[in-house]
Amino acid sequence: MTSHLVQAVNVTKSFGNNEVLKGIDLSVRAGQVVCLLGPSGSGKTTFLRCINQLESIDGGRIWVDGELIGYAERGGRLHRLKDKEIAAQRREIGMVFQRFNLFPHMTVLENVCEAPCTVQGRRRKEVEAEAQTLLERVGLGDKPHAYPNELSGGQQQRVAIARALAMHPKLMLFDEPTSALDPELVGDVLAAMRDLASSGMTMIVVTHEMSFAREVADHVVFMDAGVVVEEGRPSEVLVNPQHRRTQDFLRRVTSEDDRGDDEGVRGSTP
Amino acid sequence: MTSPTDTEGERPGRIDAVPVRHPGRWVAVAVITVLVAMFVHMLVTNPVFNWPFVVESMFQPSVLRGLVFGTLWVTVLAMVIGVGMGVILAVMRLSPNPVLSVVAFAFIWFFRTIPRLVLLTIMGTLGLVFREGLDLGVPFDQQILDLVGIDGDMRFLSFDANAIFIGVTGGAIGLGLSEAAYMAEIARAGITSVDTGQREAAEALGMDRRTTMRRIVLPQAMRVIVPPTGNELISMVKDTSLLIGLPLSTELFFQLNAIGARTFQVFPVLVAATLWYLIVGSILMVGQHFLEKRFNRGYGARATPTADPLQPNEPVEATP
Ligand SMILES: Nc1ncnc2c1ncn2[C@@H]1O[C@H](COP(=O)(O)OP(=O)(O)OP(=O)(O)O)[C@@H](O)[C@H]1O
Ligand SMILES: [Mg+2]
Repeated sequence: MTSHLVQAVNVTKSFGNNEVLKGIDLSVRAGQVVCLLGPSGSGKTTFLRCINQLESIDGGRIWVDGELIGYAERGGRLHRLKDKEIAAQRREIGMVFQRFNLFPHMTVLENVCEAPCTVQGRRRKEVEAEAQTLLERVGLGDKPHAYPNELSGGQQQRVAIARALAMHPKLMLFDEPTSALDPELVGDVLAAMRDLASSGMTMIVVTHEMSFAREVADHVVFMDAGVVVEEGRPSEVLVNPQHRRTQDFLRRVTSEDDRGDDEGVRGSTP
Repeated sequence: MTSPTDTEGERPGRIDAVPVRHPGRWVAVAVITVLVAMFVHMLVTNPVFNWPFVVESMFQPSVLRGLVFGTLWVTVLAMVIGVGMGVILAVMRLSPNPVLSVVAFAFIWFFRTIPRLVLLTIMGTLGLVFREGLDLGVPFDQQILDLVGIDGDMRFLSFDANAIFIGVTGGAIGLGLSEAAYMAEIARAGITSVDTGQREAAEALGMDRRTTMRRIVLPQAMRVIVPPTGNELISMVKDTSLLIGLPLSTELFFQLNAIGARTFQVFPVLVAATLWYLIVGSILMVGQHFLEKRFNRGYGARATPTADPLQPNEPVEATP
């Protein structure tokens, strides 16, 4: 367990009678990039939110950096953590949402500086200097004083990445960070994520971007209907999947790509 | 007639079209002008108005004192109590803690139901209920101490009820509590209007509930809260005329009425009151406008729908 930054064992979660996670196991070593794949409704978002305690789990355990998430074990019993303790655990984990969720009443710079200043109580000047560096790193060094609604979706998502990084998280969670973006804006966000991965950040990424999974991920996990069907190196799982459901999913995803290519060809030939 | 094919080769240029005529508007303007002229004629010539007396009564020292210390000051105090308590009540109402939620609901229910005039009249008589003063301490303290055979009491704070429940304090408390109930509903609507993704993003950054509420949710809720609060403020100015129920006589409308009764100039003092309320209300409306603009920052339409919208808005040149 000590060698793993994230360790999830037999995680279960239901919404009413709908069992969404049916015993998920996942281990992520420090510095690893893990891609979660799977059809819609398979529970990828839910699992990611459980790691960050935006949802509470019904069964199993999740550890991040050796610390049990959401509970303290005392006297052989689990005690639910208090609000403040949960907030403290979340500080170690950055999250990037599908729909960016930037704070619209704050400028880009204020978005990035907000949590380090109010939560960690760091000095504004010092945080701003660091935020500016982070914004430059995601290619937005020229826009610190813009409001989010003045940015394109791709720019907003890169601000969201910088905002999460400003807290110096040990782990970054991405929930389909590019699927709300116009196709021509996807590249910049993926580039920022590649850069982050190569800097050694531990990342769990839910994505439908097969090329990103193939090229950046160290480990790919395929989920369906609340269980992990298959996992392994991208060169194994994506190229030579063993399970029918993985094969079907990959065929569907790649055939969508092909159709896109076809249209491109048809459009350009008179 | 030109058809698309006729213009082939020569691209259409600048449009110079005849605008639509609105003859109805001119008729309306004429009618309204006549009506306004009739009204002004009446204002100027009808001796009942007695304009010199209107102006004189508006600036009587007793009236000005009533305006400042009754009407305006009580409005300020009551709105501070109302907005402050209202936001707290709204947060309580939305809290996962059922005790807080029920307490807030009961408060809102009670104070929304009682008419303000009735509430102020009751406040004024509470001095009788707490003739001995109002004490905070252990409930049934004297009965308990009698049982164990000790003399004395267990009270920590004492107020003179007559001082609290009448006058400016009483008026501000009464109107403030009533306002808190309305403000709570307004603030609740504002808080629930904020996208849940905002709260999640804040919590994912490690903010606790309080900080999330204070830094992320409430500032965004303000957009929804400010406009109806402006209306509440203007209503409050008007409702200070109910302070007579308390009774508090240092108040604009009462003072003007008193002058009217003394001098038998009943109508001019009503005109004077109307003018004062118009002046105060207009100033508040201007203030409200600027406040709304302040809280709309970051929400306006996008500057330019180009890929790089941050470039200063250059006037879009119509390509010839
Ligand atoms: N708050 C909720 N309340 C009730 N049901 C929920 C809730 N959130 C998710 N679900 C259900 O849980 C299931 C899994 O949802 P989840 O969002 O985790 O899937 P996903 O794998 O992320 O799908 P997608 O690729 O479409 O994002 C779905 O059936 C969904 O309806
Ligand atoms: Mg999802």
